Amino acid sequence: MREARSGSDRRSALRAFVIKELHHIVRDRQTLTILLLLPLAMVVLFGFALRNDISEVRIGIVDASPDAATIALRNRLSGNPRLSIVAVAPTADIVEPLFRRGDADIALVFPVGFAESLSRGTAARLLLISDASDPNTASMMAAYVNAVIASYAADRGVNRQSVQIVPQFRMRYNPTLKSVNLFVPGLIALVLTLVTALMTAISLSREKERGTLEILLVSPLRPWQIIVGKVMPYLLLAFGNVITALLAAWLVFNVPFRGSLMLLLGSSVLFAMVGLALGVLIAALTASQRAAMLGALVVTMLPNTLLSGLIFPIASLPGWLQAITYFVPARWFIVIARGIMLKGVGMSNLWKEHVILVVMLVVLFTAAVRSFKARLA
Amino acid sequence: MTAAIDAHELTRRFGNFTAVDAITFEVQAGEVFGFLGANGAGKTTAIKMLIGLLAPTSGTARVAEFDVTTDAESVRSHIGYMSQRFSLYDDLTVRENITLYGGIYGLTDAEIRDRGDGLIGRLHLEDAADARVQSLPLGWKQKLAFSVALLHRPAVVFLDEPTGGVDPITRRQFWDMIYDAAEDGTTILVTTHYLDEAEYCDRISIMVDGRIAAMGTPSEVKGRFGAASLDEVFLELVRPQSVSAVQHA
Repeated sequence: MREARSGSDRRSALRAFVIKELHHIVRDRQTLTILLLLPLAMVVLFGFALRNDISEVRIGIVDASPDAATIALRNRLSGNPRLSIVAVAPTADIVEPLFRRGDADIALVFPVGFAESLSRGTAARLLLISDASDPNTASMMAAYVNAVIASYAADRGVNRQSVQIVPQFRMRYNPTLKSVNLFVPGLIALVLTLVTALMTAISLSREKERGTLEILLVSPLRPWQIIVGKVMPYLLLAFGNVITALLAAWLVFNVPFRGSLMLLLGSSVLFAMVGLALGVLIAALTASQRAAMLGALVVTMLPNTLLSGLIFPIASLPGWLQAITYFVPARWFIVIARGIMLKGVGMSNLWKEHVILVVMLVVLFTAAVRSFKARLA
Repeated sequence: MTAAIDAHELTRRFGNFTAVDAITFEVQAGEVFGFLGANGAGKTTAIKMLIGLLAPTSGTARVAEFDVTTDAESVRSHIGYMSQRFSLYDDLTVRENITLYGGIYGLTDAEIRDRGDGLIGRLHLEDAADARVQSLPLGWKQKLAFSVALLHRPAVVFLDEPTGGVDPITRRQFWDMIYDAAEDGTTILVTTHYLDEAEYCDRISIMVDGRIAAMGTPSEVKGRFGAASLDEVFLELVRPQSVSAVQHA
C-alpha cells in the first residue's frame, strides 16, 4: 500500500491543472486570436457603426396663426445646424403623413396666439410630438429640440413652462451626445460574458464529451479544484480583454475615464467570475458541446445584451421584463462601469451593485460545485 | 490478506430499473479479473460505483481497503482508471499529459520526471515525447493511456474496454503490459468484448441483466457449462435473456 506523500516539492494538483488549461487555450490558435481581437473589433464596430447619435432632426411645424414669436422660434430652430424644418402648415393634418413617410422625426405644434401668451406672461404651451417607433432616438431628439426651445425662452427672459420634459440621463452625463461613451462599458460586459461564460461552458463540455472529465472526477482532484483550474486561465484572458477594450475606446474614440481604473478592473474580475460560474453551471447541466454553446448564448449573451440596458434602456421595457433584468449580471456591471468611467463615482455610490454581483457569484459558484457533486449521487 | 476489491450485495437502481442487482464478488491483490457481459448488462454501472462516480443504492464495496461510499476520497487516490473513451488530452504532448496526471495525483517533480522517462522508454516513445498525442496511432495512444493510469502506482486499476478498435498485435502487447502490472502487485479489473482476451484473465465474471451469472477461472466457467470456449458460454448465458427481453418489450 502506498503511503501518503508529503513535502514541499510535491507538485500541486491545481497548478498542474491550470498549466494544462493554459496549454489548451494557447494551442487553439484560431480561437485565441479571435478572443484577443474581439474586444478591439467590437469597440470599433459599435463605436462607428452602431452609434445612434443624432446627426439631423427633421421637424414639421404646425403654426395656425404665425406671429413674431412663432417665427422667431422657427428661425432659431432652423438656424441650428442639427435641426431642419421640413414642412410648415396651418393644421395638424400634416403630422401623420410626415411620420408615416418618415419625412419628419418631430412635430412642433404652436398654439393660437403664442406671442400674446408670451407677452402676457402666462404659460405658452407647445406640443412636441415625436415619432416613437424608435423610442431611444425619439426621446433624444425631443430632448434636443426641447433644449433649443429652452434657450430661446431663456434669451427672451420668459418664465416659460416646459412643453414636454424629457429627463435624459445622457444629457447630463454625456453632454456631447456620444453614444460610444455609453456603449463601451456595455461592450466590456459583453466581451467578458463571451470569454467567461461561453468559453468555459464550451471547454468544460468538451471534456465531458471526450470523456476526460470522467478521468478528472475519478482522480483525487476535488470539484472546486476542477472548477477553479478550469476558469483561472479564462479569468486571465478576460482581464487582458478589458484592458484592450479600454485602450481601444480611449485611443480611437477618446472615451473619457473619470473614475478609478483599479476599481473598474476589480469590478470586471468580479463580473467575470460570475460569468465563469455561470459557464460551469451550463456545462454541468447540458449534455453536449453544442447544447452548452447554445445554452450559454441563450442564458448569458442574450440577456446580457438585450436586458442589461446596453441596447434598450431598462426603463423602456415592459414591467415583467424589467423584473427579469434584476437577475441579469450585466445590468449591474454596466451601472458600475458607466458610473466609474463616465461619472467618476466610487464604491460609496456603487456598493449596492457590487453586493448584488457578489451574491450572484456565491449562489452560482455553490450551484456549480453542487452540480459536480450531483454526478456522484 | 484482504481483497483488493470486495463488493457485497452491491446494487444500483435507476427508478424502477435495477441496473446492478446485488452483486457480490472479490478480487485478490495482483489478480487480473475479467468483467464480462453484454452491452447494458450493468458492467459500466458496477465499475462507476467501484470508482466512486456513482453512489450505490444499497450494498457495500471496498476498493484498496477503502469503503467507496464513506471514503471515496481515499479510494480515488489509490486507483487508476482508463475509460472506454480515450482518456488523454489530444492537444497536449506525451510529456505534458504525463506531467498533468502526475501533478493531479500528487507526485513530486522528480517522481514525475523519473517515472515519465521510464514510461517513455518502455513504450519506445522517445522520439514522440514532445509530439502532441493526437499525432500518435491509436494503439500507441491506448498503451500510453494505460501507462499513464499506472503512473501513480495505484493498488487497483480499472480498464473499461481498453482494447476497442485496436489491431491484434497491439492487443497482444497491451495484454503483456497488463500482466507486467499484475506481476508488480497491481490488481486489474478489465472489461472486454473480446472473449479471447477473457481467456487471459485469472478469473472472470459474466454479468447478465445486472446479476453475475457465472464466475471463476476461465476453465472452471467453461467446465460448468460443458462448453469448449467462452464464446459458447457467453452465447448460452446471454441469448435466452435477450430473446425474452425482446418478447417482453
